[in-house]
Parts: sequence; structure tokens; C-alpha cells
Amino acid sequence: MEHASYIISQVINGLQLGAVYALIALGYTMVYGILRLINFAHGDIFMLGAFFAYFLISRFGMPIYLVFFATMAMCALAGYLMEKLAYKPLRNAPKISLLITAVGVSLFLEYFCSLKAVFTPDYIGFPRPFEVKTYDLSLGGIDFSFTNVQILIFAVTSFTLALLYLIIYRTKQGTAMRAVSHDQETAALMGINIDHTVSLTFMVGAALAGVGGILYGIAYPQINVFMGIMPGIKSFIAAVLGGIGIIHGAVVGGLIVGVSEVIVSAFLSSTYRDGVIFVILLIVLLVKPSGLFGKRIDKV
Amino acid sequence: MRFLLESRKLILLAAGIYVVLKLLFNLGIVSEYIQQITIYVFIVVLAATGLNVIYGYTGQFSLGHAAFYGIGAYTSAYLVKTLGLDSVFALPATLLAGGIMAGLVACVIGIPILRLRDDFLGIATLGFGILVRVFFDNSDRISETLGGSRGFTGIAKLTSLETTFVVTVFLLIVTRNIISSRYGLFWRCIKDDETASASIGIDTTRMKLMAFSYGCFLAGVAGALYAHLYTFLHPSNFDFLKSIDFLIIVILGGMGNIAGTIWAGLIWVGFIEGLRIVLPSNILDLRWVFIPLLLIGLMMWRPYGLMSRKKGHG
Amino acid sequence: MTAMLEVERLEKRFGGVRAVDGLSFHVDKGEALGIIGPNGAGKTTVFNLITRFYTPDSGRIRFMGRTITHFPPYRLARLGIARTFQNLRLFKDLTVLENITSAHLTGHSYSPLSGIFRTRKHLRIEREARENAMMLVDFLGLGGKEQTPAGSLPYGEQRRLEMARALAIRPKLLLIDEPGAGMNPREIKDLLTTLREVKERFDLTIVMIEHQMGLVMNVSDRILVMDFGEKIMEGTPSEVRKDRRVIEAYLGEEPV
Repeated sequence: MEHASYIISQVINGLQLGAVYALIALGYTMVYGILRLINFAHGDIFMLGAFFAYFLISRFGMPIYLVFFATMAMCALAGYLMEKLAYKPLRNAPKISLLITAVGVSLFLEYFCSLKAVFTPDYIGFPRPFEVKTYDLSLGGIDFSFTNVQILIFAVTSFTLALLYLIIYRTKQGTAMRAVSHDQETAALMGINIDHTVSLTFMVGAALAGVGGILYGIAYPQINVFMGIMPGIKSFIAAVLGGIGIIHGAVVGGLIVGVSEVIVSAFLSSTYRDGVIFVILLIVLLVKPSGLFGKRIDKV
Repeated sequence: MRFLLESRKLILLAAGIYVVLKLLFNLGIVSEYIQQITIYVFIVVLAATGLNVIYGYTGQFSLGHAAFYGIGAYTSAYLVKTLGLDSVFALPATLLAGGIMAGLVACVIGIPILRLRDDFLGIATLGFGILVRVFFDNSDRISETLGGSRGFTGIAKLTSLETTFVVTVFLLIVTRNIISSRYGLFWRCIKDDETASASIGIDTTRMKLMAFSYGCFLAGVAGALYAHLYTFLHPSNFDFLKSIDFLIIVILGGMGNIAGTIWAGLIWVGFIEGLRIVLPSNILDLRWVFIPLLLIGLMMWRPYGLMSRKKGHG
Repeated sequence: MTAMLEVERLEKRFGGVRAVDGLSFHVDKGEALGIIGPNGAGKTTVFNLITRFYTPDSGRIRFMGRTITHFPPYRLARLGIARTFQNLRLFKDLTVLENITSAHLTGHSYSPLSGIFRTRKHLRIEREARENAMMLVDFLGLGGKEQTPAGSLPYGEQRRLEMARALAIRPKLLLIDEPGAGMNPREIKDLLTTLREVKERFDLTIVMIEHQMGLVMNVSDRILVMDFGEKIMEGTPSEVRKDRRVIEAYLGEEPV
């Protein structure tokens, strides 16, 4: 019975981490769906979100709910600028040029923020907006516990996802986004403004990553300008796992990756933590490259 | 031998450069540090040539090249240390061992990964690079000698100007010959149009694997030379930033251009070292703020490299 | 006698659309089979299935008696099936000569070590590849352009280069996809002559997809008519010309 409650606790921890990965993965999948581009620098927007929130809370004492909205706005702006300045000029360039540029943007953001004049290269403590409280529960004879942080993460993530689905499936702009990811040429012929749609996609994806950054900061309160690298890669692979370009795939993929990582870390060893994601990638590639929800596409 | 005859101009040039450098070194005109850097240039050129084969010629975007450079370094250093092979005569064998180890790992990893398209391949190789880095960080669990995150110390200093020159020039000639053979031609076909390549009978899977393994072999040999030059290895020497270094050199030199890689290697290492000398240490951190900007600039204005004849986006 | 190419009940679906629906036909050695049909009839899909760039959902393909339904694409070239592409797939950054020698060299191998050390075998094979390529260059009227990058050739010459490249693998079966696309009447006439010469000189069996009736009717021994992924008629050019179903399928098109 103890074993079971340990497993359940770890699964909950995994879901907590997975929720953050899901939020980041959504940004990757949406941008990929619309531009067939892997926005390498997306993980760094996640980092920016955490840092923006840090400043808003510690310097300006902003209440947490405002912080969410303000950070989302600032990240959306960052996403917008990133697209306009770095990716738009290369819209017709070979894919590789875009990817290398994305790498450049990512490195630039990381090292620029690491300058003492900007943020700091060190780890800094993220201010917890409230006391961590643990709740114990017993279901079917199994005891497990969870924290208010986890409740917050699940709540915020669910709310954000609901908002996202609303935007994508119920608004004109959302339909435009879906249209452009299906077929850019036809969408343009139908009168959809491609540039606006692309910008919007970046902004929404960035906002999501920003939320992820805040939640991560609350859950694991050590932030650092390089914190976006590993979660970025893992979230991207999560998006691939779910089927790149597919929204619900990103969510499911993120959760699976989070849970796998925590379980492996708990039951094997934390040294293998980062290795898990690579094993997952290999399995996806070998078994079903189009991902869990993807369709098999033939070439030519 | 015929194959040397064909490259006699290159060999003559290399011999000339060697004589000049040797003179400078022996006359004590250049410091020990600069001597090391000069040798390092050739090592970097060798490794970058490997990436050029993989990416410049065959079009496979690899962001994990430094991992193979590291595998070669650690392998050679480990063999020399544990087998006690302290003499220069053991070097060819351990260099080969380092290169082959890197090539073998590349082969194994390549089988699943190389079916991926550009961008995905980039992420996969990046992920692999991180994996290898984590492996190096935890290597002391396998063997104390490897040092883990403390680093691998006390490696025999076997690399010299002579050894580096001979190895690098030889491998450059070998590379040049492969490129101008049917294999290099197939690689270029694959880069141009993989579907058409298959339709004329090219086994694209096998050819891509071959390019990848060979390119990583070169990186492994370069890494081994590096290990026996600096006598100390730390996992952070083989991280993503190092892979970016190699990538920049390949792009600067013009992809699919061996001579260009040599120039670019020289210029790039010179530039980095120059910065180190010129800039006071607090502004030195600005390096990695400007290098990515340079990379982005390159992509926007000269995506085919500085030395290439092509401009813009074809 | 076994036919050179046998296609049996071939099927391919994309999502809900049946691109190829239970198609069967055969091509005998030395024949020229034309495939015609309205746009979207599935003609190029058939080529892609035969050359294995798509995997059939069901059905069987046999080449010279051998079942090739699941062979990898490159192997078909080695067996003697060559194709040209509707939208041209040349190696744009390679020279004219390199485009052709690359195809030749897939069938003539030497080891990497042989290449590195420039052995006699390597030199001989490379020389033969060049000679063979020059022969094809002359034959297809590309003389003087050997070192030109394929991407900078005018359209007509690019088409001929793709043909030369296909011929360089010494195929027994040549699949040609809309060779006449984008050509003016005079170019079509030249193409007609070229096709006949090529077929004769290289002892080829040809399957050709084409919209230009003047071309198809004059080159083909038999014609296969497709619509909606199915065969709607098969026969000699004169039979096809008069067939009511064919005329209907082309709705409004002038029968030639």
C-alpha cells in the first residue's frame, strides 16, 4: 500500500511537471503547424516568463493574478518581436537558415539575459506568492498527498487550455490559424491575412510559454537564464510524441513526458533524468514518427 | 602513390606552412600559448571538415557534432592512460581508436535518426549531444579515470605540430578524394534531391549513414588530438556551444567547400582568441551575445557562407 | 511469355479518396503504353506506386516476373526501372555531366578505399561513366553544356537532361511523366522524334503519361485510359479515339 501511494504521489508530481511541458509544447506545435518551423528560441520565452514574473512580484509587489496577465502580455510581445525581426525576413529562405537563425535567437536571448546589466547569470530564488500547504487524501485505502502548488498548476493549466480551445475553435482568428496551418496558399486566396495570423500564433504560443514559466517558478523556485534549454527540448519532443502540429497531441505528449521523467527519476536514478527524453524520442522515431495522434503521410 | 600525386599542390603548400611555423616556434618568436592555439586551429579545421561532409555536402543538419569530438577525445585519452601508452608512436593507434569509436556511435545513432528531416534531425542530434554531455558528467561512475564533472586530468601530451599536420593533411586529402569519388557525388545528389537520388538507384539510407559516420570519425580523430594537446578534458568542452562553433566555421567557409573550411577555421579561432586578448574579462561575456547576432546576420545576408559564390536565397 | 510489367488490382487511398482503385494492366517487352485521363485520374499516383514512392494499400506489381510491390525505390532503378518526373527533379546544383554520371555510377561500383587511393578500377569506372554521359549528352542534344549547372538550363534542355539521366541507368523499362508539358508544337515534334529514337536505340519498353494527344497517339502501341483511379478503357490509339466513354470522360475535349 505504501508503494502504491508513493507511485501515485510521483505520478502527481509528474503531471505537475507535465502540465508545464504541455504549455510549452503547445507553442512549439502551433508555430510548427503554421510555419513548419521549430522555434528553437521558444524555450527561452518560457525563461523570460519566469523572469518577468520574478521582477513583477519582487520589485513591484504585483498580486499573483495580475502577474499572470502581465507576463502573458509581455511574453506575447516578445514572441511578436521575435517573429517580426528574426523570422519574417527569412520567410522564403531555406528551412535550415530559419533553424540556424532560431538557434541564434535562442543563444542571444540566453547570453544577453545572463549579462549582469540585464538579469544575472546566477540562479535566483523565485518568490513564492503563498505558503506551500500539503493536503492528505485517502482514496480506496491508498493514501497520497498533494500540494496547493499542484492545485494551482492544474487549475491554471486547465483554465489556459480551455481559453486556448475557445480561441482556436470558436473565434475567427482561431479558424484562420487552423486554415493557415492546413494550407497557406489557399488560406491567403480566401482573404486571410497570413502575416497577422502568423503573428497571432506566435503571440499565443509565447503567452502559453510565459504561463509555464510562472508555474515552473512557483513549483521549482530556482530560476536561471539557461532554464529554458532542457525544458525546451523536452517539450519539443513531447510535441513530436503527440504528433507535431496537433494541439491535443502537445498536451498529452507533455503530460506523458513529465510523468515518465519523474517516474524514472524516482525509481531508477536522477542521473538518467535527461536521458529519458532521448529514449522517448528514439522510440517515437522508430515506432511511429508521426506521433500518437498523427497520420501517416507518404512522401512525394 | 597515385592519390598523393593528385594532391601534390596541397602537400607542397602544407609542407611550406609547416616549415614556416616550425621556424617561428623554434626561434621562440611565438609564445607557448600561441603555439598551442596554432595547433588547435588545425584540430578544429579537421573536426569542422567532418561536419562539412555531414552537412555541407550531404545536407544533414547536425547540432551534436561536439559530442563525437568528445567521444574521440575521451576514448583516446582513456586508452592511453589505462594502457600506459605514453609514447608518440602509440598516437596513430589511439587516434584511430578515438575516430572509430566516434564513427561507430554515429553509425548506431544514425540508423534511427537519419531518416529525420532537417529541422527534426537538428533537434535529435542536439538531444544526443546533451545526452553525451550528461554521460561525460557522470563518467566517473564508470571509471574514476574519466573524471566525471571534475574532468579528466593527466593525459599524456602526445600531440605536436608534426603529428597534427601529418594527420590533418592526410585526412584532408582522404576527404577530398572521397568527395570527388562516386560517394561524394551521391552525397551531393542526396543534398540536392533525395527523392530523385533514390529514383536513379542511390541507396540514400546507406549513403547518409556513411557520410554521417565518416564525418563523426573525423571529429573523433580531432578530439583525440585535442585531448593529447591540452592534456585535460572537461565535459563542458564538448557542449552545444562547441557544436555551434563547428557549425559557424562550416557556414562561414561555404558549405561543401573544403578549402573554405580551412580559411574559416583559421579566421574563427583567430577571432575568438583575438577577442580574448583584446577584451577585458568582464566584457568577454559579450562574446556569446555577439556571436549569435553574427550567426543571424549571416543567415540573412550570406546564407551560403562568406567564401561561397552564391548570394541570397537561391 | 511474361509481360515486362504487370500491375494487379492496385489500390491506394489518401484519407477518404481512392486515388487508385483496383487498377490492373500489363506492359509487354518492347511496347509503348500511353496512359491518359483527366487531371486527378490517378496517373502520376500509379507511377509513384510502381516506383515505390508510395506504398500500395493492396495489389501486386511484378517486373519481369518478379514481385516488386515492397521493394525500396533505389532497388528498382538497379533492376532496370527508370522514371522522369512531372515537375522535373534534376540535381539543380550539379552540372549536366554530374547529373548523368551519378545515375551511371549507381550501377557501377567501386569501394570507398578504391576511391580514396585512386585505384585503376576507380579510374576506369569514372572514365566509363564520363564517356557514357558524353554519349548521352550528344544523343540528347545537350552538347557544349556539360559543365553547366542543371538549374540554369532552359526548360526544354532540363527535360532532355532528365531523360538522359534516366537513360544512364540502362533501364529496361522507362516511365515518362508528361514529357510534353509546357512545350510548344515544334518542341513536341522534336520530342516525338527523340522518344522514337530513344526507344529504338536503347531497346526500351515505355510507359508514358501524357495529356498532349498528338504525342500519345503517335508514340503509343496501346493506350490505357484512367478516370477516378480506375481503368475505363484500354486499346489501340484508334480504338481509344473512338470510344464513347473516353470522349465522355474528357467532356468537351476535342477527340484527336
